[in-house]
Amino acid sequence: MSSTIRIPAPLRSLTNGADEVAVEGRNIREALTSLGSQHENINSKLLSDNGDLRDFVNIFLNGNEIRTMNGIDTALPEGSVLNIIPAVAGGLK
Amino acid sequence: MSASSKRLNQIKAVIPEVAPDEALELQEDGAILIDVREPDEVAQGSPEDALRIVRGFLELKIEKEVPDFDTPLLVMCAGGLRSLFAAENLTQMGYNDVKSVAGGFNGWKNHGLPVDVPEMLGDLDRERYGRHLLVPEVGEKGQLKLLKSKVLMIGAGGLGSPAAYYLAAAGVGTLGIVDDDVVDRSNLQRQILHTDKNVGKPKVDSARETLSALNPDIIIETYQERITSKNVDEIFSKYDVVVDGTDNFPTRYLINDACVKHGIPNVHGSIFRFEGQVSVFAPKGKNPGPCYRCLYPEPPPPELAPSCAEAGVLGILPGVVGVLEAVETVKILLGIGEPLIGKLLTYDALKVRFETLNLARNKNCKYCGDGVTFPGYVDYEFFCANPAVSAASS
Repeated sequence: MSSTIRIPAPLRSLTNGADEVAVEGRNIREALTSLGSQHENINSKLLSDNGDLRDFVNIFLNGNEIRTMNGIDTALPEGSVLNIIPAVAGGLK
Repeated sequence: MSASSKRLNQIKAVIPEVAPDEALELQEDGAILIDVREPDEVAQGSPEDALRIVRGFLELKIEKEVPDFDTPLLVMCAGGLRSLFAAENLTQMGYNDVKSVAGGFNGWKNHGLPVDVPEMLGDLDRERYGRHLLVPEVGEKGQLKLLKSKVLMIGAGGLGSPAAYYLAAAGVGTLGIVDDDVVDRSNLQRQILHTDKNVGKPKVDSARETLSALNPDIIIETYQERITSKNVDEIFSKYDVVVDGTDNFPTRYLINDACVKHGIPNVHGSIFRFEGQVSVFAPKGKNPGPCYRCLYPEPPPPELAPSCAEAGVLGILPGVVGVLEAVETVKILLGIGEPLIGKLLTYDALKVRFETLNLARNKNCKYCGDGVTFPGYVDYEFFCANPAVSAASS
């Protein structure tokens, strides 16, 4: 299954500046593995050592939080769009 | 006989008149009493529960207020003459049961019937907020509500500047501003409350100067300090809405936790280079949504969260995001529309892409979850410096 992962600006230094990455995978976990195989340092920012999504990162599948589905084991329909939304501190003083 | 007297006689022949005490009885039975006098007359007093529509706008506004043409209507002016003309026009519009109150408001008062003095905008406010008054969702009632509202801005920086600027212009009656910083020249690329001549001045003083120049009638409370677990309760308890315009995680989490504790909506904005996020966290409102911790239970460690100072930002971006925060704030204060509760709006300036993502309440959230007792504030600055978490007293 092909999906698109949208990469937020704070993480683009880990994807050579790419704002979208095409990935393969039947579920989000496989899609992240596919992302990691293309950009090796990004997954350590998204996932903890035991493979869970970190507390300060959210992933949305077609506009909905994956936490409300099966987390990173949520199945991906063909052509899905995943948004990675990390917590952003900036408001700029 | 003058033309106007002749005309009045013609109208009197077709429009029934009722005495004030009879009008009150009819009003109690369900008739609508319409006071068509001018605002300066109504300001001195008007019958209780009267519908107040100035004569000049009567035909334009009546249908929205009274859509049923069979509703009995009682029209009142000061002495009972203008109301006859108005009543005839309503009859011509198709209202089937229209009467004029003989003797008008003067007669009403002389009979000792119930009067209230409606809250109204003064002439200067009417002029200043004229464009709001024309918007049905705001109107005079909404503007009075805004003038009574109290909004706390956390940060007078990139987000706080445009948000505070517009909230002051909109007539939010009390604006609190918290910022412990001084104006630096590098701020001026985006922090439009401040000017070159105020470099080196406390931001709260600079903000007060600018906002007072724009709208001298609103109250501006300034707090030249950081929000901490020690002062947050005292400051937050005075406000209706908090606007988060901070630049760091410890304060964002403190704002969230205090807003959850006090049941105050938290209008959230954040920015990074060309991208921004806006949401409203209101887990205790009429339609409860998630809090910030439902979305991000814990802040990232510093090495995973570059600050904006390191990352840079397009100077205009906080303008877009801060103004969206101001819009959401006004919607909440007026109780109109659909605030961004349970939704995260993301904006990518380079792609010109706005997306709305759905957020869910986490029933197991440590701060706003079901049946949770407030666990106390967490001093994350201390936590970041030292792995031992220090839970401050609530």
